[in-house]
Formats: sequence, structure tokens, C-alpha cells
Amino acid sequence: MNEMSNFWSGWITFIALLNIFGCLWILWWTRRRHDDDVAEGEELHHSFDGIVEYNNPLPQWWLMMFYGTIVFAFIYLALYPGLGSYKGALGWTSVNQWEHEMEKADNRFDRIFEDYASISIEDLAKDPEAIKVGQRLFGNNCALCHGSDAHGAVGFPNLTDTDWLYGGKVDTIKTTITNGRNGNMPTMAAAVGDAAAIKDVAAHVLSLSGRTGSGDAATGKEKFALCAACHGKEGKGNQMLGAPNLTDNVWLYGGDEATIIETINKGRSGAMPAFKAQLSEEKIHVLTAYVYSLSK
Amino acid sequence: MSNSDLTTPQYDFAVVKQFTVMTIVWGIVGMLVGVIIAAQLAWPALNFDLPWLTYGRLRPLHTNAVIFAFGGSALFACSLYVVQRTCQTTLFAPKLAAFVFWGWQLVIVGAVVTLPLGFTSAKEYAELEWPIDILITIVWVSYAVVFFGTIVKRTTSHIYVANWFFGAFIICIALLHVVNSMEVPVTLWKSYSAYSGATDAMIQWWYGHNAVGFFLTAGFLGMMYYFIPKRAERPVYSYRLSIVHFWALISLYMWAGPHHLHYTALPDWTQSLGMAFSLILLAPSWGGMINGVMTLSGAWEKLRDDPVLRFMVVALSFYGMSTFEGPMMAIKTVNALSHYTDWTVGHVHSGALGWVAMITIGCVYCLIPWLWHTKEMYSVKLINMHFWMATIGTVLYIASMWVAGITQGLMWRAINDDGTLTYTFVEALKATYPYYIIRWVGGLMFLGGMFVMAYNAWKTIRGAGQTSTDAAAQPA
Repeated sequence: MNEMSNFWSGWITFIALLNIFGCLWILWWTRRRHDDDVAEGEELHHSFDGIVEYNNPLPQWWLMMFYGTIVFAFIYLALYPGLGSYKGALGWTSVNQWEHEMEKADNRFDRIFEDYASISIEDLAKDPEAIKVGQRLFGNNCALCHGSDAHGAVGFPNLTDTDWLYGGKVDTIKTTITNGRNGNMPTMAAAVGDAAAIKDVAAHVLSLSGRTGSGDAATGKEKFALCAACHGKEGKGNQMLGAPNLTDNVWLYGGDEATIIETINKGRSGAMPAFKAQLSEEKIHVLTAYVYSLSK
Repeated sequence: MSNSDLTTPQYDFAVVKQFTVMTIVWGIVGMLVGVIIAAQLAWPALNFDLPWLTYGRLRPLHTNAVIFAFGGSALFACSLYVVQRTCQTTLFAPKLAAFVFWGWQLVIVGAVVTLPLGFTSAKEYAELEWPIDILITIVWVSYAVVFFGTIVKRTTSHIYVANWFFGAFIICIALLHVVNSMEVPVTLWKSYSAYSGATDAMIQWWYGHNAVGFFLTAGFLGMMYYFIPKRAERPVYSYRLSIVHFWALISLYMWAGPHHLHYTALPDWTQSLGMAFSLILLAPSWGGMINGVMTLSGAWEKLRDDPVLRFMVVALSFYGMSTFEGPMMAIKTVNALSHYTDWTVGHVHSGALGWVAMITIGCVYCLIPWLWHTKEMYSVKLINMHFWMATIGTVLYIASMWVAGITQGLMWRAINDDGTLTYTFVEALKATYPYYIIRWVGGLMFLGGMFVMAYNAWKTIRGAGQTSTDAAAQPA
């Protein structure tokens, strides 16, 4: 963070105090009697379009309220940062307040997670209390993309089926949550060829899940060799790379012919963020148990 | 109002009349858009999947239309009326004043076209793109020349308190608009702010809060200082109070902006200073309410018969309430609950509907008979009906948003024994749903009242033309 220079610190302090003392001065000036004043409660001598003004005093309760807020402001600005680079008597900063609150929360809440950490994920997945806790972690952190029922959406995998992009073993799920994933399919248009060739490949992909497309699946099968590097010769996918299985009729971006052609043409880019910065290892442990329990 | 006084100068009220009529027209337009977006929050399908009808584009249209078109027209009409009458002189540069009217209408039409098309500088309450910003500056400087020119040629020895507030409002809005709208144009309809990061946010909220402070507070206090003593036929309660609260209000407001950025990347010292000054602002704000309400003391019986005065006294009550609520919400611990919730929306509307719109409506009901030389409005009964629609509408609006906002704030911070949040965002949204409908009903009632006013004004002005041809022939 940049330190404030002495000039700016002094200037801020000066104009802030000038404004507050200015208010006090004008209160004092208005309350005292002036030589040309009319008597209190009388009308002033000038009138505007028929409107005259009384010379009434400032209401006492209002004056006390005004002084009260000024006294509060002086105390507050003595205790907290405000007047330039003066740090305040309490040494408070928003960062140390946050750290203090996080520490308090950790002390209060971490104990249950420490207890859970000593239990295996497979056993945790059978513990209804742990699953409730995991479900809440899921609602706070994962539901935004995967949905509160974990059924996913276009581009966001369904976590309740048995079809896994990177694998459904407990360690793999944990790794996915901890480090995130980047699922990239490059654009294949240039490599495959013209629109007809792409249609053929799409027809082959459709045939893998027992359907037919408008292109020639047999010709497409030859070209599919280009795809086999990731998806495998039989299109069964590769969990090491996160390449989806194309034979099970489960689709991340959609399985109709037009969408498959779009995927081949433009490629796909999916990202799941890493959660290790936001969630402790113990929390990820419980969250893993919850996700693992979803497909059981 | 007596027009027979031979010493009365020939006032120039052409522009005042135009702005008075447009106050009602733009009030209806702005509030109609408000009712539409309130309905969209309850029933999102109402955007009909058309980009120019989406909430994100209509919301700035609503805020610009009610603040600058409705509120702006009211301020132009009243300030240019009051400055002539209290300075006992005719308008300076009347042709320039005509330009102010047509220029301002052009700005508003520009907003109505560009905002739904998606052109925006993305600064709240300053969304209009750079060509319109330049037009605003030119019109505003012309307005300042007309207003201060009239002050200079006054025939009275002193300057009336209403004109202090109008003057402060005109100078400060010029300053705020120019500084906040510093931007680098890249195409005809796209520009980027000249500032970056936390500085940009701070300048934006220095502008944003003072748009409330000077446009919607100081300017409307100027209206209050003329129309309440005039309508009640009572002296202003305390000249000395008006001096103190004027200077304290206009100097302290300038500091309050950071309370919009509590617990953000804004430096701690700026946030604390903004909070301290926001609290000191309470007393000067209330000074205006006390002076207005106490002016009515000794004339309380008039409230029984005159719904126009009732509009004004209810406006002052809402003003007092929202200027108490504001400093409270500026306290960091309260703000931690209220920030980002619909409580803020309720607070704004207790000021916007309760104070700004109500005092405007009261002033317009005064102005129309005075300007068109009729004894009263066409129907006092309809004014009374409008009063109740506006009051009940405002209460429904702000009460529903209080409940919705506090519900949201409490649901967002509720935590389980394991430290996780009790509710997901969608659950809090679901809990808010009934209040969105109540808010919509409140807004609809307020808008309905504006239609009643438009009918009443139409009948009054038409009747004036038919019955008193000599009045219409007067140069005034």
C-alpha cells in the first residue's frame, strides 16, 4: 500500500477540522446578539414577495443534537483512522478486523472439521450429519455452477450420475476440488476439413451413441482418427485428460447434431476454479464426501 | 396572489409554464418506467427477451427520468419563478432561458433513446454518454447565467434564503457533473472514465451522493422555503436557523460520499471520515425540516382544508425521516447489514417519493393556478385523492423494502454451527418475492396519482384559457 505523503495527510486533516470548527463557529456567531438585530421572536425588516422571516433562536434540542454529533465525530476520529495518515488510538484497520473475525471463526468452527478429517471419505459419505455439513458447503461454494441439486447445466457437469470426466474416485474428486480443472478441446475445423467433412465426423460421433446424422458416418470414422488422440479410438474418452466418453449419450455441451458440429468447429473451453485458497483441507475433505455420496 | 399591484414588474413566466407542464409529463414517464422495472423484478418474463426492455437498460432510464427530467423540470420551473418574484425583477436573458428549456428537453430525449439502446458510461446516475454530457454542461451553464443574472439585477436589498439554496445547487451540480464526467471518448457513443480503480469509485460516489445532496435536497429546500410560507401565509420560522443549516448542509454534504463504499477497497481513513461527516450532517438536514414545519405553526388549521399544504408537510416529514435514516445507515455496523440490500432502495424512495416528489407535487399545485391566473385548481377533491394515493403508495413502497432489505441482510449473514452460510442466495431472493409485489403495488398507486394530477392540471389550464382571455393576453 502506498503511504500518504505528509502534505496530503496535513491537508486532509486541515480541511476536515476546518469544516467541523467552521460549523461550531457559525453556531456561535448565529447565537450571539448583533447590534442591528431585531428582538428575538420579532420579524426581520426585509420581506421578499410578501414573505417575512422571524428572528427566532435556534431550538435548544436541535443545538444539543448538533453538538452531540460533533463530539461523537471527534471521539470517533481520535479512535479510528480518518484524519490523514493518523492511525487512530485503537490501531484498527479493516484488514485486521477481517483477520480477527476469521481467526475467531476458525477457532469456533474448525473443531468439527478436524474431527471429520480423521474419518475416511467413504465412511463420511455414510454419516448423515457429515453429509448435511457437506451439502451446506456445496450450497455456498458449488451450487452457483453445478446447481443446488448438483444436476449441473450446459457446460457444468452433472455430479449425480456415474459419468465422470476426470474420475469419480475419492482422491480424484478431492484433487478436482482442491486444484480445479481446465477442460480444453481445440477447434478441429482446420484439421477435419470442409463443412461436409465435419458433418461426416459428427455423424460418426452420433453413431457412437447409437444414433444417425445427416453426414456419412463411415467417412467420418476415418477422420475421427484426429479425435482419437484424446477421446480414444472407440470414443470412450480419457479421464487423465478429462476427455469425455462419447459413447454414453451424456453430454456436457449438448448432444444434438448442430451442437456437436459447433463443438468440432469452435472447440470448447471449460474451467473449474481451484478451491484451496477459500476452503481448508478439512472442509474439502467433507465436501468430497458429499460429492462422492451423490453418485452412490 | 395579487396581480393588481402597480409596482409589480412584468415577470417572464413562459419558461416557467413550460417546465411546469413538463414536470408532470416527465413525472409520469419516469415513474411508469419505475413501475415496469418493479414488475420485472417480481415477474422477470416481463422483459419479453427484448434487449432494450431488460432491467439493466430500463433502470438507468428510470433514475435519469425521475431525477433529471421530473425533478429537474420542477427545479427549473420553481427556481426561475422564485428568483423573479423574490428579487422583484424580470428574468435575465429570456432567450437563453428558452434555450435552457429546449436544450434540457433534448438531453432527456437523448436519454430516452440512448439508454434503452445500451449506450452507457456505466456510472450510476451519470450513465449518459459523452456527447450528451457536453450538452448538459452547455445547458447548465446557460441556466446559471440566467439565474445569477437575475439575482444580479434584483431590486431587493437582500437575497432570499430560497435563492441561496438554488444558487448552491446550480454551482455544485456544475462542479460535480464536470468532474465526474471526465472521460475519454473512443467512438461517438462509447467513452471510458478518466479515473481508475478506487479513485474512480470514490469520484463516482462523491458525485452520486452529492447529486442527492444538491440536486434532490438543496434545490428542493429552495422550493420549500418559498412555497410553504407563501401557501401558509406565515412568516418563515427562523432566519438564523436558515443561515446555520444552509452553510453546514452545503459544506458537510461534500464529505459524505464514502459511506457508499464502506468495507471496500477504499482506504480506511476515507471510509471513517465519510461516516463521521455523515453523522454530523443529521442536524443541518433537520434544520430545514424544523424551519418548514415551524413555519406552519399558527396555521395548523389550514392543513384540514388544504391538501396542497398537506402534501408539503408530509414531504417534510419524509425528508426528516430519510435524513435520520441516512446517517444511521452510514454507520459502519448498520451498513454491514443494510448494504447491497433492498433497504437501500427503500431509503432512496422514502427521499425520492416522500420528499422530492411530494414537495414537487405541492409546488406544482400552487404554481398552476398562479401562472394561469385561476383561483384554484380545477378540483380540490382530486388533489385530495392524489394526496392519499401518493401517501399510501409511498408507505407501501418503503415499508415493503425495509422488511425485504432487513430479511435479505439477516439471511445473508446467518451461519450454521459448522460456519457455513445457512441460506443460498436464491433462498433470500425467494423470501423477498412477496415484498417485490407489494412494492410494485405501492409504485402503481403513486403513478396513478400522477395521472389524477395530469387530468386536474389539464382541466385547470384549459379552463383558464376559456374563461379569462385577458389573462392569457398578458405578457406574463
